[in-house]
Amino acid sequence: MTLSILIWLPLVVAVLCALAPRVAPRLALLGALATLAIAISFVVRFDSGHGMQFVTDRSWISALGISYSLGLDGLNLVLVLLSTVLFAGATLMANLRADWERPGQFYLWLLASETFVLGAFCAQDLILFVAFFDLMLIPFYFLTGIWGAGERPERVRATTKLVIYTLVGSLLMLAAAVATGVLTAQQHDADLTFSLAALARTPLSTGSQEWIFLCFAAAFLVKMPAFPLHGWLPDGYRTMPLPALSAFSGVVSKVAAYGFLRIVLPVFPDASVHFQELLLLIAVASILYGSAMAFSTTNARLVVGFSSVAQMGFITLGIFALNQDGVQGALLQMVNHGLVTLPLFFIVGLLAARAGGSEDLRDMGGIAFRAPVLASLFLIVGLATLAMPGSANFVGEFLILLGVFKAKVVFAFVAAVGVAMASVYVLRAFIRAMHNRVGPSVDSREVGFGDLAVLAPMVLVILALALYPQFGLKRSEAAAQAAVAKVGPEINIIR
Amino acid sequence: MNVLTLAAAHAKAPHIDYAGLSPFIALTAGAILTLLIGLARGRWVRHATPLLSIATLGAAIGLGIWQFDETTSLVSGAMLADDLTWTLLFAFAGAGIGATLLAWRSRAAQEASPGEFFSLLLFSILGMAILVAATNLVTLFLGFELLSIPLYVLCATELRRERSLESGLKYLIVGSVGSATLVYGLALIYGATGSTDYAGIDHAITAGNGVGGDVLLLSGIGLTLVGLAFKASVAPFHQWTPDVYEGAPTPVTAFMAVATKAAALGVLLRLFDSALVGSQLDWAPMLAALAAITIIVGNVGALGQTSLKRMLAYSGVAQAGYLLAGVIVATQLGAKATVFYLVVYLAMNLAAFAVVVARERVEGESDDLASFAGLGRTQPLLAWPLTIAMLALAGVPATAGFIGKVFLIDALVDGDYAWLAIVLVVGSMISLGYYLRVVATMWMREAPAATASGIPVIAGGSQEADAAARPQPEVLAVAWIAAAATIVLGIVPQPLFNLAADAGRALSGIF
Repeated sequence: MTLSILIWLPLVVAVLCALAPRVAPRLALLGALATLAIAISFVVRFDSGHGMQFVTDRSWISALGISYSLGLDGLNLVLVLLSTVLFAGATLMANLRADWERPGQFYLWLLASETFVLGAFCAQDLILFVAFFDLMLIPFYFLTGIWGAGERPERVRATTKLVIYTLVGSLLMLAAAVATGVLTAQQHDADLTFSLAALARTPLSTGSQEWIFLCFAAAFLVKMPAFPLHGWLPDGYRTMPLPALSAFSGVVSKVAAYGFLRIVLPVFPDASVHFQELLLLIAVASILYGSAMAFSTTNARLVVGFSSVAQMGFITLGIFALNQDGVQGALLQMVNHGLVTLPLFFIVGLLAARAGGSEDLRDMGGIAFRAPVLASLFLIVGLATLAMPGSANFVGEFLILLGVFKAKVVFAFVAAVGVAMASVYVLRAFIRAMHNRVGPSVDSREVGFGDLAVLAPMVLVILALALYPQFGLKRSEAAAQAAVAKVGPEINIIR
Repeated sequence: MNVLTLAAAHAKAPHIDYAGLSPFIALTAGAILTLLIGLARGRWVRHATPLLSIATLGAAIGLGIWQFDETTSLVSGAMLADDLTWTLLFAFAGAGIGATLLAWRSRAAQEASPGEFFSLLLFSILGMAILVAATNLVTLFLGFELLSIPLYVLCATELRRERSLESGLKYLIVGSVGSATLVYGLALIYGATGSTDYAGIDHAITAGNGVGGDVLLLSGIGLTLVGLAFKASVAPFHQWTPDVYEGAPTPVTAFMAVATKAAALGVLLRLFDSALVGSQLDWAPMLAALAAITIIVGNVGALGQTSLKRMLAYSGVAQAGYLLAGVIVATQLGAKATVFYLVVYLAMNLAAFAVVVARERVEGESDDLASFAGLGRTQPLLAWPLTIAMLALAGVPATAGFIGKVFLIDALVDGDYAWLAIVLVVGSMISLGYYLRVVATMWMREAPAATASGIPVIAGGSQEADAAARPQPEVLAVAWIAAAATIVLGIVPQPLFNLAADAGRALSGIF
């Protein structure tokens, strides 16, 4: 079974959904679960000792040296699994709400985005990656614009903002990607190729690397989003329908972080070292800004949204520690963050349903009394988010801070403040929603079986990863080492 | 008898390769025949003329395929029949077939009498073919005029609509200025090099070892460029474009937008990358500046438009800027990229204009963006092709527009014009603003009440109007075939790459 099946299966199911709108919800769920099963089969067959595996490499556009090249290694294996888990969860979430207008098209776009995300994770050719990276956005454009919350003109504006912000970065990246291939071919007098492995073997001159690096960084930082490129986030998050949002926040931001590891560090090593402090600065700013916003906003969605900015800041921090500890921490943290994002957004939806449809924390309160199970699930997810010792998030953040501490001490100290701030905003949201005085329009009730079907598996996965974080660490060790091989000052083995 | 043979031996009539000339002959014969059939009375003429026109274009394509891969000099060096000529001929004929189908039941063709309408269309295509095949300045001008004059008339074929007449007149005046500038420029080039023949000009420039100081030649190149820029609607010579596009009957607009642009870019490619390639260092910066201005002006201009035809006009201006990029670098790669993007551009625009035509027949004269609201729900068959066309024009992956842009950027970076690649990318970013607005209007806004209930806005409510509420099959076919081509070429671009590579190789003077 090749990776192509994994990638294209969701799209095939998506088209079927569009053609048969009546059975679309069930069909989509089946498709998402089948994709998850295929992803699991890849994880089982994966051999941690080897590098790139399950390789598909075919010439796509030979005239331009572009190939259809896919593969799995320690960097993307766990992220592929994460994507399939989250998309299965998101499809299930969507299934719980039966009243989508034009369900055929809704599931078409939802599953199409899964194909594009998986494609971006698996691509081993620069242009192929860029293509999937850009394509990822189109489904979310339609999902937000057609099925989003809020008044129509406002929604269209939010959608357009989202798309323009992120595509501006992507198009810069397209020019930079083509330039990478052409200039590499010129400088090394070689055939034009966009194969990532080949590009990593023949680095560009430092001058070319620097401007190209900035284009790539812009694309990735917008997508994450990182401060100060997060302008689309508040509007976008407020309007996006929840299933789409949980997939978007959980996975799409990870593609950006993954792009740094897969492309930027190996292919532009000199520029990565050169701009290390700039990126660390952006990361720390994102942590502080995201945390501050998360404990000052009262919109529950935005609490989660801004906490993502802070978490993505941590991930960027880990990547640009430019050593193995930081990178492994970042990879683990990507998985952790993806796993908590989906249940958090789902819980936001449940809370809103209990607070008269409002997603404002001020309208909530006292929900825990009648819904103890919901409260405990929320607490588990919340504690994982604030990186309680014992959770996998703690391991992730610890590794990141350890990495940064070895690289640039000052940034580690400032970033450590962010860890404390996380507990403030998570607990504040929890207390305001679950405890305190019962809100005026609050009508609390326990979670239903359908809701549990989404929450329970996710919480179990979070707990499992807390007990056994080596699941990800072990598989990513070699790849993380390789990713920083050209930029890291020293190689250190800590386990 | 003896005397006659002697005379024949002495009189050196130019050798004419009828096989190489056959596509041109087919177009001429078809155009005249269409005109003659148009004189007949009876309703069948309405359908006979477009059919004949399509058959003619099909014959031209067939003969072109027959002659493909053979490089022959026609009429003692006046024209060159090579793969570039044929590839572009396929593009013109494809655009012509599309335009014919769109015009089949249009008001323009009926009012102007179908025979004349389709005959003029064919003559214009003949002019384009001669223009891009020309290897002599005189032939170039001949083709240029043969292409332009029928178009002036075609723009004004909706005789009872003032805007159409205005558009024809405007195009005539601006076009004449362009022609005059062009002919002046050609004369100066002849004056500077002493030859009207491309090969001779190339030889003179190369022998002169760079022309940095030759004011005569440089002004000639400059004026020629301006003349052709008018036709290709390259900024700042683009001001006529939105008005003419908006006023002209939509099938004619579609034809002008794709075929005329292809012809103008084709001749730029032939002239600058073969005859004038020796002075590339002189004209390339000038052309690059024009391309940058065009990209920015076109994209910014399109942002404020509410009429879809005007928007497509400005978007066409911007796309002309992208297309120029391949000419500037004067490399094989650049020529291939331009040809590739030309074909892609043709498909994308035909799809968009076909949808506009279909909507116009329901909504009357309005091509206002608001009349597309809710199209995704009411008429998904029309909404999808337009969505695909818009996304492709914006350069979204999995469409041919993406591959085309990658190709152009590739050529630019390779030719040391990386800054222009950045301008191209910035232009694409701006373009998202208006392309996505069309998509948003179709999918994310409610249809106005009148259209949603299926009653056409135009008054009358006759049977004819009711029948028009559903898009005609041939218009729908153009939209879907063009949109499907856009997607298929975005996923399997190799066949088009091969075609573009053949066309590029025809320009043997560049590497």
